[in-house]
Amino acid sequence: MMIKIMGWMLLLVAGPLLAKVNIEHWQTSKGSQVYFIAAPELPMVDIKVIFDAGSARDGKQFGIAALTSALLDTGAGIWNADQIAQRLESVGAALGSDVSYDMATVSLRSLTEPKLLESALETMQTVISKPRFADADFKRDLARTLAGLKQLEESPAAQADIAFTKALYGDHPYAHNSDGEMATVGKFKVADVKEFYRRHYVAANAMVVIVGALSKEQAEQTAEKLLANLPVGQKPAPLADVVMPSAAKRQDIEFPSTQTHVLVGLPGSYRQDPDYFTLYLGNHILGGSGLVSKLFNEIREKRGLAYSASSMFAPYLKPGPFEISLQTRNEKTAEAITVLNQTLADFINNGPTEAELTAAKQNITGGFAMRFDTNKELAGYAAMIGFYQLPLDYLDTFPQKIEQVTVAQIKDTFKKRVPLDLLQTVTVGQKIAAAPSAK
Amino acid sequence: MKYKLLVLLQLCLPLTAYSAEVKVQERILNNGLKILVKEDHRSPVVVSQIWYKVGSSYEPGGITGASHMLEHMMFKGTEKHPAGEFSRIIAENGGDENAFTGRDYTAYFQTMEKSRLPVSFELEADRMRNLRLSPEELKKELEVVYEERRMRTEDKPRAKVEEYFMAMAFTSSPYKHPVIGWPSDIENYTVPDLQAWYDRWYAPNNATLVVIGDVQPEEVFGLAQKFFGEIKTSELKPLKPQTEMPQVGERRMTLKVPAKLPYILLGYKVPSLKTAEQPEEAYALEVLAGVLDGGNSARLSSQLVRGKQIASSAGAGYDLSSRMSELFLLDATPVKDKTLTDMEKALKAEVTKLQNELISTEELQRIKAQVLAQAVYQHDSMFYQGMQLGMYETIGLGWQKADQYVENINKVTPEQVQAVAKKYLVEEHLNVAYMEPQTMATLANNAHKHPAK
Repeated sequence: MMIKIMGWMLLLVAGPLLAKVNIEHWQTSKGSQVYFIAAPELPMVDIKVIFDAGSARDGKQFGIAALTSALLDTGAGIWNADQIAQRLESVGAALGSDVSYDMATVSLRSLTEPKLLESALETMQTVISKPRFADADFKRDLARTLAGLKQLEESPAAQADIAFTKALYGDHPYAHNSDGEMATVGKFKVADVKEFYRRHYVAANAMVVIVGALSKEQAEQTAEKLLANLPVGQKPAPLADVVMPSAAKRQDIEFPSTQTHVLVGLPGSYRQDPDYFTLYLGNHILGGSGLVSKLFNEIREKRGLAYSASSMFAPYLKPGPFEISLQTRNEKTAEAITVLNQTLADFINNGPTEAELTAAKQNITGGFAMRFDTNKELAGYAAMIGFYQLPLDYLDTFPQKIEQVTVAQIKDTFKKRVPLDLLQTVTVGQKIAAAPSAK
Repeated sequence: MKYKLLVLLQLCLPLTAYSAEVKVQERILNNGLKILVKEDHRSPVVVSQIWYKVGSSYEPGGITGASHMLEHMMFKGTEKHPAGEFSRIIAENGGDENAFTGRDYTAYFQTMEKSRLPVSFELEADRMRNLRLSPEELKKELEVVYEERRMRTEDKPRAKVEEYFMAMAFTSSPYKHPVIGWPSDIENYTVPDLQAWYDRWYAPNNATLVVIGDVQPEEVFGLAQKFFGEIKTSELKPLKPQTEMPQVGERRMTLKVPAKLPYILLGYKVPSLKTAEQPEEAYALEVLAGVLDGGNSARLSSQLVRGKQIASSAGAGYDLSSRMSELFLLDATPVKDKTLTDMEKALKAEVTKLQNELISTEELQRIKAQVLAQAVYQHDSMFYQGMQLGMYETIGLGWQKADQYVENINKVTPEQVQAVAKKYLVEEHLNVAYMEPQTMATLANNAHKHPAK
């Protein structure tokens, strides 16, 4: 069959230099928040239904949020896993579910041709509101989760991550891996999953993001339909605040790898943090800007100590990690950590130079349009804005907020927010006797 | 805006989709540089990728990984723009940049606000010919590449298995070498090695410039002429074919790797689209991979992970866009109470079924529906569209083939899928690796034996 080549994209007129992102926002009849961005150019739609049901809601059952999410499409309504998959794949749709600390997300990508979309939406609706949690599916996926957790023990990177978050968060719900731990997951009963679902997958705890070639009216109907069969329910209690570690600490975990993975950091910033833009911009200079950051330059470019060396703030509802990471051959661990700490200390004590600040601002604002030039990225931003209740013009005002940050603000804010005497350091790798003491 | 409604006549389901295709504009400069431009005016952004026809499959023994090493050195400066300048200039222009090396290509890219395209062209044109390779920079960057190898391969049990597996499966084909290179080759690169490699392959007539974004093709061609037009054509020495010897019997290996879970890898020798005598065979293999692993309804998930519950995870893969003949791969991790032998039997039973029975019309329709939908979805990413064009052009198929993919998949019949299963997924062409996990403590001893830089 010949596919007719159409010049339809040529018909579009080039937009203004900085694309303005128009997010529409409303509530469904049951009170769920909806965020919609019309993207008429491609005949497709991205939909996310998000629940405040991430791993921070695990309680003591580490991993229950993730297992609940994974089981949704293994049986729902009158369909088993095969039938659900067949229904979606026969119309070219892709359904996924995943959890982060804060969110449990069910996402769908579909063509907007009405018959195809209708079938995909019906499947998604059923998966969200009528999951079966059959015993056989539960047992199988529990075993697969345990196998996945066991496989993490092969990975020095994963072991470092697990130890690092534990060091940062202690008893806080952000302290454990979203997939849980073998000891907790091994004890789950199917009733635990059903109970987690019953409490969290409710309309009052749900929001919907729609980005694609739908009219506002179609988007309204879509959101309404997706959540139609959910009880209203209620939001979970507010999350506990994060407590900063009381003292600096270093943990060296022996692991038979050729490289040592090094993580250094603290609980950092949160989504509604008034200092977020300052921290973001400062971190861009320190270790967030790929091939030109200070850490990259000191560790990789000048000394060849690592393939990657970077830092980031991962903001969540509560302060997520500020994390500096690198991997180096075992015998260079001590040197790499010294350079890392020196670079961080210099930055905190002296701040960036005006020239560095200007270059970073040019990089961020000059490339800002690139951050949301796909529907997928737009959907990600809409989810973030909705879930964390950021202003709807968050993207439009982002460059301006960045422009306003000064050298002095970065210096003051980093001093306040990244106290060096509380830094947590985790290394995972082999201790090499010949290397100078790393303490 | 108008879409052409495309009705898949062969399908019984009421499946329709849109064809959403923009014509690619092509221009070849006098010096041989080919430029492909595809417009996408959704955002004021442009993606620029330059693809060189060189990669690990071009490398002779002794300097494996040289293409990748050179990719790293391409950021180390020219006369005009000393080390670090390239990245600094791209960054201050708001750009995103990097590079990647594969078996059949080396590519460099920048994503920029659309008005900054000349910045990217100026820098890429400069480093196409004027790279300065210094022993000091090489010494440092060797360490970086070695760290990259440790991170990607040495400390990842399954990546290690794959590396040994490819080396066993291929006899005379350069696909036996890892893209990043063998450790002792990495340790012994010299500036003259890399200079020779650079001089041989970095030329306008060995490159394709792919530009996707909010641009006008004529303007892009004008800019390309301005910045790349004066670069002299090279006389390209032909590449030796290094054709793979026919495999004449099953090959099998057991790897004792420090790990926690057992793992099996099967690979059958198959042609790629480039090497297939009949191109239909490559598309039929692509559909076959879809039958096994094209989504959660596909056979490996449905039959082995669910169904018989033999596998904790299982996958199948085939890359039709390779320059040379390929492996059709199957891999799996058995569930706790099953062995690798059980797992192998179950995977082979799926292969046998494909040889003995025609796939169902519904299965075939599902795969075609997914391929068709993907063709629409891929328009969401300019970078991915550029990848497709650059890859097809660089492996020598011509970019037009990328646009014909959906159409060709759509022609595949159940009989063709059965035929390729019978012809290619046979014992004589099979390679098998078992990874038998060793306790992690054993690794400590092995790890010290790795050549330390």
